[in-house]
Amino acid sequence: MGERLLEIEDLAKEYRLGMIGGGSLHADLASWWARARGREDPNRKIGAGNPGKIQYFMALDGVNLAVDSGDALAIIGRNGAGKSTLLKLISRITAPTRGEIRIHGRVACLLEIGAGFHPELTGRENIYLNGAVMGMSRMETNSKLKEIIEFSEIAQFIDTPVKRYSSGMYVKLAFAVAAHLDPDILICDEVLAVGDVAFQQKCLSKMSDVAQGGRAVLYVSHNMRTVAQLCNRGLFLNKGRLEYDGETSRAIDLYAGSGNRDVDRNLDELPRGKNRGDAMRMLKMHMLDSSTMEYQMDDRMEFTITARTSVHDSRLRLRLILKNSVAAPLGMTQTPSFEVRPGDVFTKRISFSMDGLAAGEYTLGLTLAGADMRGGSILYDTIEDAGHFFIADDPQRTSGFTWDERLWGNICLKDLDMQDVGGNET
Amino acid sequence: MKKRQNNYWNTIIRPKHGWFDFNIRELIQYRDLVVLLVKRNFTLIYKQTILGPLWVLLQPLLTSTIFTVVFGAIAGLPTDGVPSFLFYLCGCIAWTYFANCLTATSTTFRDNRALFVKVYFPRIAVPIATVLYELVTFFVQYAFFLVMLIFFAAKPGSAIAVHWGLIALTPVLLFQMGLLGLGFGILVSALTTRYRDLGLLVRFGVNLWMYATPVAYSSTLVTERFPNLEWLYMLNPMTPVIQIFRSAYLGTEMIPLHYWAISMALTIFVFLLGVLLFTRVEKTFMDTI
Repeated sequence: MGERLLEIEDLAKEYRLGMIGGGSLHADLASWWARARGREDPNRKIGAGNPGKIQYFMALDGVNLAVDSGDALAIIGRNGAGKSTLLKLISRITAPTRGEIRIHGRVACLLEIGAGFHPELTGRENIYLNGAVMGMSRMETNSKLKEIIEFSEIAQFIDTPVKRYSSGMYVKLAFAVAAHLDPDILICDEVLAVGDVAFQQKCLSKMSDVAQGGRAVLYVSHNMRTVAQLCNRGLFLNKGRLEYDGETSRAIDLYAGSGNRDVDRNLDELPRGKNRGDAMRMLKMHMLDSSTMEYQMDDRMEFTITARTSVHDSRLRLRLILKNSVAAPLGMTQTPSFEVRPGDVFTKRISFSMDGLAAGEYTLGLTLAGADMRGGSILYDTIEDAGHFFIADDPQRTSGFTWDERLWGNICLKDLDMQDVGGNET
Repeated sequence: MKKRQNNYWNTIIRPKHGWFDFNIRELIQYRDLVVLLVKRNFTLIYKQTILGPLWVLLQPLLTSTIFTVVFGAIAGLPTDGVPSFLFYLCGCIAWTYFANCLTATSTTFRDNRALFVKVYFPRIAVPIATVLYELVTFFVQYAFFLVMLIFFAAKPGSAIAVHWGLIALTPVLLFQMGLLGLGFGILVSALTTRYRDLGLLVRFGVNLWMYATPVAYSSTLVTERFPNLEWLYMLNPMTPVIQIFRSAYLGTEMIPLHYWAISMALTIFVFLLGVLLFTRVEKTFMDTI
């Protein structure tokens, strides 16, 4: 237990949903005038609840937390659990609705790296500007300039405008500045998504240096491998509440179990994009072969999908989009085309072969797609996240190696063939 | 949770910090940022332009020439006995400084959104840097004006009478114009986070405002024709400022000093109101914009 660096007491952040004001002075005045005369607000969306009743959404609710020096905290949770909101509040980007945050020392934030970077300025100019934005004085930046440039590995381009940098170089430079800020609390949010593997390792070791050097790291990521590697304490957030604070491995387990793994799923209620799900809508999904959603490599997944349609399409297909644990798409597969008529409610049984998928956690996306005259797709209904499943690690399949998603990706390719074609012949 | 002494924590974040929350100490900590932002503005404006800093001179030069032709030669408006080009140039550089301060700071939140949502620093540093940058451009134009002034004053029989006592007030006038422009600018920028259409009004409004201010004509034209409305005309905080500036360098008619006092009071009021709204908006604007 080191020095107390951060205390959070009963922290809450509330967002108002929907339209905030009319967006223009004219519209606001019109709304106000209508209300004053007891008429209906002309700017209210039709069917948007009772007039005067505003919907609120608690992004964070009653979070208490204490962080000491030496802590490397992982903050994990599903999208929308309130992770980013928490970091935004700590880094003072937005103000809380309730509660208090007390900070001892300096906070450096890598919420989105390269804050204040301007594309027209050179790397060197940006180091100064970025440093100043994060609260470094010119003297401090001067004294660390050499180290920063060295760490960033782009010394030869340091006087080139940043707009000519590749995204990898950009990240390297931005991370280098932030890492040399000597913060007491370092906040990171998925910064390691870019940059090559060697640089990622360098960043991770820099971050653990920060934690070991008597400071604290708050790390938000969906990448459980780096979380496990870096953090000595885990927080699990769910729907704005802090549900667990303790061992990293336990927090990861909670996270892994928090996706939708029900046997029966109500797809009707899941959110959709604009203009999706009107003409055709997926209603239900029923898992046939598994109640835990844990599979072995090369298993088949069996489920039924029920959908209704109000239009005719003779070449409809169900597409299944597979995503990995950081929600990056991995691949797509689809059913043969079939015909539907207006008013139909149809149920199809799907069998999905998971050949070649490596151990790990996956998300299923579902799309109902028809074809138009020119062969393009008509997307009737899309569900980005219809549920999660796991594939258990099977070291026998990988000749005794534990699968490392971060290094090898998500596809376990077939074994290589090898033949002796010569050598040591005398 | 163990209670610690208040001075142990150097940052305490709470939902709302009273009405007037302007942390000047924090701003001083970030002074290097202000300097760097001013530098950035320069670098950005002159990278990849042909004329570079000449643009700064071109603007008042062209405006004054047009005024000289339209108001001087065509409309034949009197300019209190001084060369009309000099008369217009003098008003133009002062007005341009003020107007640029206002319009440039009025888009603070909109232009810096990408930066503001990423990292915390005192937001007010950005509009302050903008005003300082405008001040530097003003000095370039001011130098040009002085050269023209010497050129015209050296001519035999020139009616220009420099008023040294008033010239000493130049820094005060510049400070006031900066403060007024900044005050209005951040006021508008705070309001545009909610009312986007206000941003469109600014440029237009500033143009109209110029005609309510003796930039393109002499204030005596107004005060002589409508003596009853003189007080109203002088309520425009920019009118006394431009008048004093012009009488300092060109020796035109001076205004009664109490008008300047009112203008000062209005400036401070607008500035405080601007800071008030700005600091209220800066904490939560990213939730709405």
